[in-house]
Amino acid sequence: MAGFEIITNNLPVLTVVLPLMAGFLTPIVGLIDRRLPWYWVMLATFVILLTTSSNLVTVITTGTIHYHLGGWNPPFGIEYVIDLLNGFVCLIIAFIGFMVSIYSKESVKKEVPGKTTQFYTVFMLLITGLMGITITGDIFNFYVFLEISSLTAYSLISMGDRGDALVASFNYLIMGTVAASFILLGIGYLYAVTGTLNMADMHRLIPNIYESKVVLAALAFFMVGFSIKVGLFPLHAWLPDAYTHAPSTGSALIAGLMTKVGVYAMIRFMFSVFTPVFVIDMTRMTEILSWAAALAIIMGSVFAIAQSDIKRMLAYSSISQIGYILLGVGLANAIGMQGGLLHILNHALMKCALFLVAGAIFYRTGIRNLYQFQGLGRKMPVTTTVFLIAGLSMIGVPGTVGFTSKWYLALGSIDAGQWLFVVIILVSSLLNLAYFWRVFDNIWFGHPHEIEHLQRDEAPLSMLVPMVILAALCVFFGLFAYYPVHYVLEPLSEALLGIGAMP
Amino acid sequence: MSRIQESVIVRTIVRIMVPFIELFALYVIMHGSGGPGGGFQGGVIFGAAIILYAMIYGIAKGKERMPDTLDKILASTGLTIYAGTGLLCLFFGGKFLQYGMVPLLPDDPAEVSALLIDAVEIGIGITVSAVMISLFFDVSPPESEEEELPAELPISTYREA
Repeated sequence: MAGFEIITNNLPVLTVVLPLMAGFLTPIVGLIDRRLPWYWVMLATFVILLTTSSNLVTVITTGTIHYHLGGWNPPFGIEYVIDLLNGFVCLIIAFIGFMVSIYSKESVKKEVPGKTTQFYTVFMLLITGLMGITITGDIFNFYVFLEISSLTAYSLISMGDRGDALVASFNYLIMGTVAASFILLGIGYLYAVTGTLNMADMHRLIPNIYESKVVLAALAFFMVGFSIKVGLFPLHAWLPDAYTHAPSTGSALIAGLMTKVGVYAMIRFMFSVFTPVFVIDMTRMTEILSWAAALAIIMGSVFAIAQSDIKRMLAYSSISQIGYILLGVGLANAIGMQGGLLHILNHALMKCALFLVAGAIFYRTGIRNLYQFQGLGRKMPVTTTVFLIAGLSMIGVPGTVGFTSKWYLALGSIDAGQWLFVVIILVSSLLNLAYFWRVFDNIWFGHPHEIEHLQRDEAPLSMLVPMVILAALCVFFGLFAYYPVHYVLEPLSEALLGIGAMP
Repeated sequence: MSRIQESVIVRTIVRIMVPFIELFALYVIMHGSGGPGGGFQGGVIFGAAIILYAMIYGIAKGKERMPDTLDKILASTGLTIYAGTGLLCLFFGGKFLQYGMVPLLPDDPAEVSALLIDAVEIGIGITVSAVMISLFFDVSPPESEEEELPAELPISTYREA
C-alpha cells in the first residue's frame, strides 16, 4: 500500500513533526470545546508512542536509521539519526508523555483552571522539543530543540503555585539560559575548528585535532552546560524549586524526562561527538564525572531527608538518582554503562510514578506535607500502594527496577576497581530507605484520632490507570530486566565505548 | 495615557503608516526564498504594525482589530501551512521539506522549490506575527476607556484639527 509506505519511510521526521503540529493545533481544538484538548493530546502522544516503538524495533532489527531532511545529504543538510541510544530514549519520552497525558485530565482542571488549553499546547511543544533533542543528528538543530524544550519547561513550571512558581521558573530560566549559552559556545567552538555541524562528521574529524585547546574548551563548556541542565549536584540549585512549584502534571513530565534527556545529550556528546578515547583516556572526563556523580548521590539523599514537602523531597531524590545514571556513564566500562542507561528507563518509571502519586494526593486532600499523610493508606489504598512499590523501587529492593540498575552499577564499580563507589551505592540506599520510610510510616502507621472515621476516597480513574501501569512496569522490568538489557543496552554500551562495532 | 497618544500628529502618521508597514512586511516575507528576508523578519514587522496601532490607539481598539480568537487561529494556521507543505512533499515520495519532488511544474523543480519555500515563509510569517501580537497583548495592562481623551489636558491647540 502506497499510503503505508509514505508513513513508514518518514517515521523519524513524523516523530518530531506530529507533536509540533498537534501542539499548535491544540488552541483550535480548545476553541471548539474546552474538554477536547485532553483527548487530543492523549491521541497525539499515543500516535507518537506507536511511531517511536516502530523506530526502536526497526533499529533493533535492521540497524541505525538515517533520515535526510529535505533530501539534502549530510554534512550539508540536517540529518535525523536513530540508533539504539536515542531510539530507547525516544520510546521512554513517548511512553511517559502518554502516561502523563492520561493522568492530566482532572489534575490540570483543578490546578490550572481556565488555562487548560494553554497548558496542553505547552505540554505538546515540550514533548516536541525533547523528541527533537534526542532524534537529531545535527548539533545546531540539537540546540534549537534544546531551547524549545527549555522555554516550554519554563512556562509549564510558571503555571504552578501562584507566586512561588514564577520565582522558581525565573530561577530556572536564568540557570537554563546560562547552561544553553555554554552549550552554544561549545557548538560554536566545535564548528569553528571542524567546519561541520553534523555529529557523525564531527566524530570523524575530531581525532585529528585532539591537542587543540579549542576542542578542550568546547568539551569543558558542554560538560558544564549539561551539568546545569541535568542538575548535577553543585549546579542543582534551580531544580528543587522548579519541581516543587510546577503543577503536578508538569512536575511528573519534567522530572521524568527533562533531566533524562539532558543525560542523553551528555552521553551523546561525550561518546558520539567526541570520542571514547578522548573523554576516557585523554581528558579523563569520565573519571571527573563519576566522582561528581558520587557526590551528587550522597548529597541529594542527605538533602532529601531534611525535606517535609513531598515534592521537594522527590526533587532532591532526583538529584541523587541523576547521580546514579552519571556514575554508570562515568565508570566507562560496559556493565557500569548498562547500569547507567538502564537507570534512565528505571528512574523515568519510578520518579514519574512517585510524582503522579504526589499529585493525586494533592488533588484529593490538598496536602503536600508528608507529616500530614496519616491515615492515607486507608483513604487512598491504590494510590499509596503505587507509592509503596515505586518507593521500594527507589530504595532498591530486589524484584523492582531500582535493584537491577543498582546491581549493575555495583558490578560496574567492582569491575572498575572502585570499591568506594560500591560503598556509596550502599550508603545511598540506606539514606533512600531513611527518607522513604518516613513517608511509609506516616501513610500506614500514623494514628490520628479520627483515623477510624476515614472514608475511602480514591483518586479518579484517569489518574489511577497510569499510576498503576507505571508501578506494574516497575515490577515487570525488575523481574525481566533481560529484555531492555539484551536487546538494547548490551550492544549499545559496547558501541558507545567503542568496544564493539557501531550498530 | 501618555501625551504621545494624544498627539494628533502621531495618530495621523500611525494611521497612514500602518498599511505601508504591513506592505513592507509582506515584501520581506515574499522576498525570503530568493534573498535576505523571510518569515521571521517579515512576521515581526507585520506584528509590529499592529502593535504600533495598539500602542497609539489603545489596547482595546487594538484588540478589536485583532481579537484573541483570531490570533490563536492565525498562530495555529501558520504552523499548519508550514508543516503541511513539509508533509505535502512526503506524498510525492520526497523527504520532509524536499520541495523539488512536488510535481507542480514537471519540468522545473527549482521553480517549485521557490514557490513552496514561499508557502513555508508565509506560514512562518503568519505564526510569528500572531505570536508577537499576542505577546504584546499579554504583557500590556488591561485598559478600558483608552481612546477617550482626558478633558482637563490642554488640548485646545489642536482641537479644531
